[in-house]
Amino acid sequence: MFSENHAQSQELDFLGVTSELLAMLNKRLGTAVEPDQDLFADGLITSLFALELVVQMENTFNVFIEGPDLQIANFRTVNHMAHLIFRLATTS
Amino acid sequence: MRRMKRPPDQEYLAVIGAGVMGTSITAMALGHSVDVVLIDKDASQLDRARRQISQQLRHGRLLSQFPSDLPAGQLETSTEIDMAGTTIAVIESITENGDLKRVLLRQVSDHVRPGTPLISNTSSIPIDELAQGLPRPEDVAGVHFMNPAYLIKMVEVIRGPRTAQTTMERVKSLLKALDRQVIVVNDNPGFVTSRLLHPMLNDAARLAHAGVATVESIDSLMTGCLGHPVGPLRTADLIGLDNLVDSLEALYERTGEEHFRPCDMLLDKVKTGHLGRKTGRGFYEYQGG
Repeated sequence: MFSENHAQSQELDFLGVTSELLAMLNKRLGTAVEPDQDLFADGLITSLFALELVVQMENTFNVFIEGPDLQIANFRTVNHMAHLIFRLATTS
Repeated sequence: MRRMKRPPDQEYLAVIGAGVMGTSITAMALGHSVDVVLIDKDASQLDRARRQISQQLRHGRLLSQFPSDLPAGQLETSTEIDMAGTTIAVIESITENGDLKRVLLRQVSDHVRPGTPLISNTSSIPIDELAQGLPRPEDVAGVHFMNPAYLIKMVEVIRGPRTAQTTMERVKSLLKALDRQVIVVNDNPGFVTSRLLHPMLNDAARLAHAGVATVESIDSLMTGCLGHPVGPLRTADLIGLDNLVDSLEALYERTGEEHFRPCDMLLDKVKTGHLGRKTGRGFYEYQGG
């Protein structure tokens, strides 16, 4: 699992973040999603689920998403989310 | 709880009752840069509300519901009816019980200047009943916010038979500052939205109880075939089943119509403490709030 690797190496890799996000969404949505799938357009993420997802991502990757980063455009696809997390985790 | 002395010219909105609705109304106002004093008799409820409000502010921001060029309003909480400073309006969102609301409004009216709108967020009780016995019944109006108040832009505004025109204008100008879309209706038990929605939620629970269809199937049919956003039973969970039962009882008492009498399944869930989303379980189970 990615989280074990993460604990061992203290290093985030982009593919690892992506696969962890895919697993997380798969579990929460009960269906597999693609990294470039528009989750809002497909109705998979509702407005009420969006913040739960943000909080879960913060807890999982130990980042805090705030200010201008806190907008739907950053959560539209798994790729968008992975970019955001990777940026926050590597610049903090 | 500490009591801060507010300067007389400090303007704020007072929200009384820090339950599901009071909390999300407060978040909506803060998101629109309006200062709020949130009042509840229970200090631990206020602590919980503070945490929820900060999450709801993030949620609203995430979904671009607040103007991005304005700072959030300041939140103060109090366990007392503290109306120092300039109260632009009072919104009560306590338990759906006419007697409690009336007593509260009477108390509040002693603390605010004449002409300050006294707004009830009741979903079912006629506004004129709440204005009964108040020194200034003309100051009372209804604003029925939907849950979550910071995501649903439209509000049902109720003008009672004694509500003054100036009160209506003040209420509308407050709602304009909060970027709400207003539809004004006349006084009546349940107004329009609860009058139509609540019996449907009650009937949906009856159908589930009778085994006509599962909870999931009922909601799926109403969303897939009839275009409802989430379905009646998920809506009931979001409202809170205790509040739904209180509202149905208020409607049944005032209309005598049988379809308002809360069904056994709803009463059982309330008795066992499964109140919907806010307790993590109702018709559905919820994780992580």
